Amino acid sequence: MDALLLSLRLALCVSAILLAGGLPLAYWLAYSNWRGKFLLEAVVALPLVLPPTVLGFYVLIAMGPRGPLGKLWQTIFGHGLAFTFEGLVLASVLYSLPFAVQPLIASFESVDRKLLDASAVLGAGRLRTFWCVILPLSIPGVVTALVLSFAHTMGEFGVVLMVGGNLAGVTRTVSIDIYDHVQSLEYADANRMALVLLAISFAVLSVVYGFNRQVGRQIGHRLWTPWAAK
Amino acid sequence: MDTVGGEVNASTLSLRLQLQRSRADSAPFLLDVSLQVPAGITILFGPSGAGKSTLLDCIAGLVRPDAGRIAVSEEVLFDSQAGVNRSPQTRRIAYVFQTLALFPHLSAVENVAYGLASLPHAESTARVEEIMKAFRVDKLRARKPAEISGGERQRIALARSLVTQPRVLLLDEPLSGLDAELKSAIVEDLRAWNAERRIPILYVTHTREEVDALGERVIAMDHGRVIGTGTPFDVLEAPRHKRLAQAAGFENLLSGTVVDLREADGVMRVRLNNSHCEIEVPLGYAAAGDRVLVAIRAGDILLATSQPRDLSARNVIEGKIVAMELRGTLVRARVDCGTQFIVHLTPGAVRTLELAEGRCVWLVLKTHSCHLVEE
Repeated sequence: MDALLLSLRLALCVSAILLAGGLPLAYWLAYSNWRGKFLLEAVVALPLVLPPTVLGFYVLIAMGPRGPLGKLWQTIFGHGLAFTFEGLVLASVLYSLPFAVQPLIASFESVDRKLLDASAVLGAGRLRTFWCVILPLSIPGVVTALVLSFAHTMGEFGVVLMVGGNLAGVTRTVSIDIYDHVQSLEYADANRMALVLLAISFAVLSVVYGFNRQVGRQIGHRLWTPWAAK
Repeated sequence: MDTVGGEVNASTLSLRLQLQRSRADSAPFLLDVSLQVPAGITILFGPSGAGKSTLLDCIAGLVRPDAGRIAVSEEVLFDSQAGVNRSPQTRRIAYVFQTLALFPHLSAVENVAYGLASLPHAESTARVEEIMKAFRVDKLRARKPAEISGGERQRIALARSLVTQPRVLLLDEPLSGLDAELKSAIVEDLRAWNAERRIPILYVTHTREEVDALGERVIAMDHGRVIGTGTPFDVLEAPRHKRLAQAAGFENLLSGTVVDLREADGVMRVRLNNSHCEIEVPLGYAAAGDRVLVAIRAGDILLATSQPRDLSARNVIEGKIVAMELRGTLVRARVDCGTQFIVHLTPGAVRTLELAEGRCVWLVLKTHSCHLVEE
């Protein structure tokens, strides 16, 4: 059960961080006219196509005692970043970035530009337009982003294994726990964990699709799904 | 609002601007306009693609012109030479879009109050109440735009724009979807609202009916330029521009060659293309041999089944009906006189005269129903 609690804690942290950072990033990607924007878009989408081991490998190198992130962390907090919960959070944030940012971009872009013009002409600045017009009309996108980052983090395996190692209570998440059980031929334990994960994933996705269907009907938005974006 | 001793000063919008737009999918477009818009309703009329909406976007500050100056009375909103470019938020120009752009997630009251966020709650509530009464939508309050009828949505969009006490109102075909009765009721409320405030209202349309319904002053635009200014009659009844003539509902646009000028009679004779058909039109800036375009309304042409005599009308042309079709309450007939004319008739006239395809007829045209237009 330790593994499950750890995974839940990790997924919650990652979703919260991705929401906080994803909103401004997605806003910028949706509305900026900068020419080099496509480069950043490509970087954000990288985890979709990169094998988790490749991403995990570079994150591990960066977080190692000689890596820039590792050194910085060492000087600030007095201990290394690799094989810790914080390191796991950081790696998972990178890994789930497109799953949070792309639904946000898609829903920001589907807000009618004339509404933004109307808001500006009525005297509202960018921040007020964002809070009062863009965000309320992007609720399905926000929910999708939160849930996809949560579910994606719950289920990740490769990155966690590379960056976190396999320390019970610290970095041993559900998926790694299941893998361990299978390796030791403890199929009953593996099955119990796998079923819990399956049930959680299914429940969460059902709630989201049901919610988005309701809200989407009210404000006329389509649901964003990762396979539609690819 | 500029008030002096309780009196409201009527303000004027004056602008002069250029904007070059190059798009991958179309020819480069140049907007080059100079305008004075006094208090009251001024209609900006022109075919779609003439640059009307782009002009409004420039005035509202949503699009930045390449060069020029925009001012309301003495206050400069944009001046390329002085480096002034006020943001749309601070221009106090109200803009009602063609799509209205009501916020779909906010109720009618929240929509109307949107532009008053900086006011104290009590004052904002009072102003919203007042304007919603003036535009007769005070019963809708909590309803969302999707639950409101088309005409009421338009009223709410107007109320939302005007509650901020703007200095200028821009309307981009906001009433295009409504029937004539509803339209004129809304325009009456708008006029009543503006009677004491006296702000310039620029009303964009591309339909002839709206010009007739609203008309005081008309500015006609095409290809990014102003091509005519004046009363609806000046601009539309005697159009000097081919695209404007089409937009204003001149079904017949016939090209021809000037045969001779008769200055003493104030007329000239024009031979229509590919025919022996000659018609008399009012004297224009043309010389014998020049190619000209003549615009004639299908409803201005009379039709006779025997050759009429002793008429004041100078043009009587013999021809044959080649096609007739019923369109709503009018019959549209094509008459071949060497060149084809379109004539509008009532179903009653068709019955009484026993008109049918293949019938020989005479067309009667007054000289002053024939208008010379430029290509």
